[in-house]
Amino acid sequence: MIAFLLAQTIAITGGTVYPVSGPKLTNATVLIRDGKIVAVGTGVATPSDATRIDAQGKWVTPGLIDGAGQVGLVEIGAVAGTREGAVRGDTIAAAFNVAEGINPASVLIPVTRIEGITTVLATPTGNLVSGQAVLIDLDGTTIEQMLVKSPAGVVLDDSETGKDYAGGSRAALAERVRRVFRDALEFERRRADFNRAQIRPLSASAADLEALLPVLHGQEPLIAYANRRSDIATALRLAREFKLKLVLAGAQEAWQIAGEIARAGVPALVEPLDDIPSYDALGVRYENAALLAKAGVKVALMETDSHNSRNLRQEAGNAVAYGMAWEQALRAVTLSPAEIFGVADRYGSLEPGKVANVVVWSGDPFEFTTGVEHVLIHGKEIPLKSRQTELLERYRKLPPAY
Amino acid sequence: MRHVWLLLLAVIMMGGCATGAVRSARDAGPAPAPAAAPAPAKPGTGESSSVDREQYPSTYQRHPNPPVVIRNATIMTAAGPEIPNGSIVLKDGRIVAVGAKVDAPAGAVVVDGTGKFVTPGLIDEHSHLGVYAAPGTEAESDGNEATNPVTAEVWAEHSFWPQDPQIPLAIAGGITTIQALPGSANLIGGRSAILKLIPARTVQEMKFPGARYGLKMACGENPKRVYGQKGGPSTRMGNMAGYRNAFAQAEGYRRKWDKWNKDHQGDPPDRNLKLETLAEVLRGDIYVQNHCYRADEMAQMLDLGREFGFPFRSFHHAVEAYKIRDLLAAAGTGAAVWADWWGFKEEAMDGIKENAALLQQAGVRVNIHSDSPSGIQRLNQEAAKAMYAGVRAGIPITRDQAIRWVTANPAWAIGLDSLIGTLEPGKMADVVVWSGDPFSVYAKAVQVYNDGWLVYDRGDATHQPRTDFELGQVPPPGSDR
Repeated sequence: MIAFLLAQTIAITGGTVYPVSGPKLTNATVLIRDGKIVAVGTGVATPSDATRIDAQGKWVTPGLIDGAGQVGLVEIGAVAGTREGAVRGDTIAAAFNVAEGINPASVLIPVTRIEGITTVLATPTGNLVSGQAVLIDLDGTTIEQMLVKSPAGVVLDDSETGKDYAGGSRAALAERVRRVFRDALEFERRRADFNRAQIRPLSASAADLEALLPVLHGQEPLIAYANRRSDIATALRLAREFKLKLVLAGAQEAWQIAGEIARAGVPALVEPLDDIPSYDALGVRYENAALLAKAGVKVALMETDSHNSRNLRQEAGNAVAYGMAWEQALRAVTLSPAEIFGVADRYGSLEPGKVANVVVWSGDPFEFTTGVEHVLIHGKEIPLKSRQTELLERYRKLPPAY
Repeated sequence: MRHVWLLLLAVIMMGGCATGAVRSARDAGPAPAPAAAPAPAKPGTGESSSVDREQYPSTYQRHPNPPVVIRNATIMTAAGPEIPNGSIVLKDGRIVAVGAKVDAPAGAVVVDGTGKFVTPGLIDEHSHLGVYAAPGTEAESDGNEATNPVTAEVWAEHSFWPQDPQIPLAIAGGITTIQALPGSANLIGGRSAILKLIPARTVQEMKFPGARYGLKMACGENPKRVYGQKGGPSTRMGNMAGYRNAFAQAEGYRRKWDKWNKDHQGDPPDRNLKLETLAEVLRGDIYVQNHCYRADEMAQMLDLGREFGFPFRSFHHAVEAYKIRDLLAAAGTGAAVWADWWGFKEEAMDGIKENAALLQQAGVRVNIHSDSPSGIQRLNQEAAKAMYAGVRAGIPITRDQAIRWVTANPAWAIGLDSLIGTLEPGKMADVVVWSGDPFSVYAKAVQVYNDGWLVYDRGDATHQPRTDFELGQVPPPGSDR
């Protein structure tokens, strides 16, 4: 993913810099070379060959990371031919990695990135085990250029919708998951027997069982969508039994057992503006993100409406309005998701050595007044253009500029 | 991710929604604010001119409430510039004074508005609260009578569930009036209900006295998808033929009844509830509220109105309205739009964030609607996004214009701009106190007055209504375990 970069030095100077990994710096410089951050600070000299971006009076943050959605996997929600995020006919679709479904030419990509969202989780949906999510940068002409981490986790639907794939009962869901996990371990222990067909029937295909092994060895997270308190408890129980690296997602009633989740060291992907009660989560409420953070849970935020992944900013602002500290909210859309998806060595903060995904804002990134002034992905400045800006220019005056 | 599918489901099952309504040219301008408190309209008027009896009248009654004076706040009147350090007096359900200096009536409750902002109660022209109630099971799915492409005879109020737990959430977002609409599965989906958003046992207690009905119509993808395999329409031309057939029938029905109403000769004509509603549209007594995304289809619908002699009050969703903003301005038709929804179906692909701003600039009465139980809770934020998107694109939108997008303009769209939508003496005391600038993401409604009744107070648990549904099921706010 590095090969396409041009050797270039960029200095973003004079801005108020929020490195996230440390306190904010006023009148500071972010120096970028060959797609990486090489220096961040107030005493950083600007090399003579550097392209300078004047950020005086501006705010500089890492590019935001959306912990959910299907940017790149869906073009038009109602048109099945443009949806790649779910696979039919396989309840345990662990081997379904969405990466090759990504369309680097998707019009959603420019729409999203020009509002400061530079990296998103592309998440499979449907089934009991939905498949493998991948983390992508929103720039590149090939899938390979876009991929940050593949897989970034295996998705389990541990909710009202997921139980339909397990016979219609939450109890059956838990048991079905246990059975397939045990089968995966059995498969690993007895590969030779499996290949000679000298093994009892296993409850998923070899490919799916194979794909679960990194999860069962704690190498990849299990991203469990669970909203009801009892479903969250089920996910925690499964994680204990199988020693999983669990990530809760949705987690609408998680605030009710925030202490337990914190003690288990389990992070949560939360959509702050969820508050419509359903039988899957009658206790859903705006304060969820704040209450989890307060209890010590590592929280990352998500905007699940793929076409408006850009509203991750609004989600974060509302998390603050309902009790989260502003610094926590910024971390929840930068460094925390990077840590949760295992890429914090490269992403999520402005530190030397990290990938230069950087945004220059006119002000507080969560406020509506604020506009994006510059977006850099892998150190490359992204033109602030999309299909939508082209429509605007065409129709700015009537008759339209055909 | 649940959210994505809920949204898609809503869009696909309900077929998004929107209505457009029309009044004759004489009603095209905003009515001036009445000098004195307007008398409540007689329940039942405007509901039908086919029969001489009341139909499902409003039983709304103003909640008794002491006078209130809110002092030292920034007041956004939606009728002119902001008043810094202003005060507003509410008495007997009316706004009696607004300004830098006001006289408080004896016994008034004084609210310190220091650092706070005051706006009119927000109005959502496009809601499915109560007809697609939470918890969202099939049992509460009462928004689309998807059994026939023309169901002008159904009324949203007959589906509306006052115990929908989404109602208190919307109240806490500063909403005081909604238009509850049927969904958009049908070409003609039925009558809307104009409701005061208050705790109530029956929908009649919420019905805005004297409000005219809207008629929900829908263009485009939804009706043809729903009926394509069920006898049609299956094409956009089939959609047009469906509207035209319905109104052609209604013309004959109207003639018969108008004649009988005049001379009372012999037995009255047989009643037909479908044609009765459509005849009221032709008479100009019901506003057409039209779900319509694409510019070319809105132009077709304007021609439909010309063919049958009725105006479209507003196009809802209207993601391509910016492309024909000159046509809308000329027709006097409003537009109800989202700040940024797009792309969930083909007819929504050309949505741009500057839609509202371009419409405003062209003189179209634009409002920001929700079509969503989630979005209705933050119409102020949606208006803010649309305003700043315009400003950043060099389209000069003022704060006063943007606050009208969620107050005065939707009030006009439902025909109630003489009663609600601005903070002017004589208007109904529908008032929201915000913790800060309502165009900031960090601001929250702290007090909501509906007709002078303090229906919500963020700082007082005794003024945080909960529906019957929530009791014993949904943990009350603050019950952190």
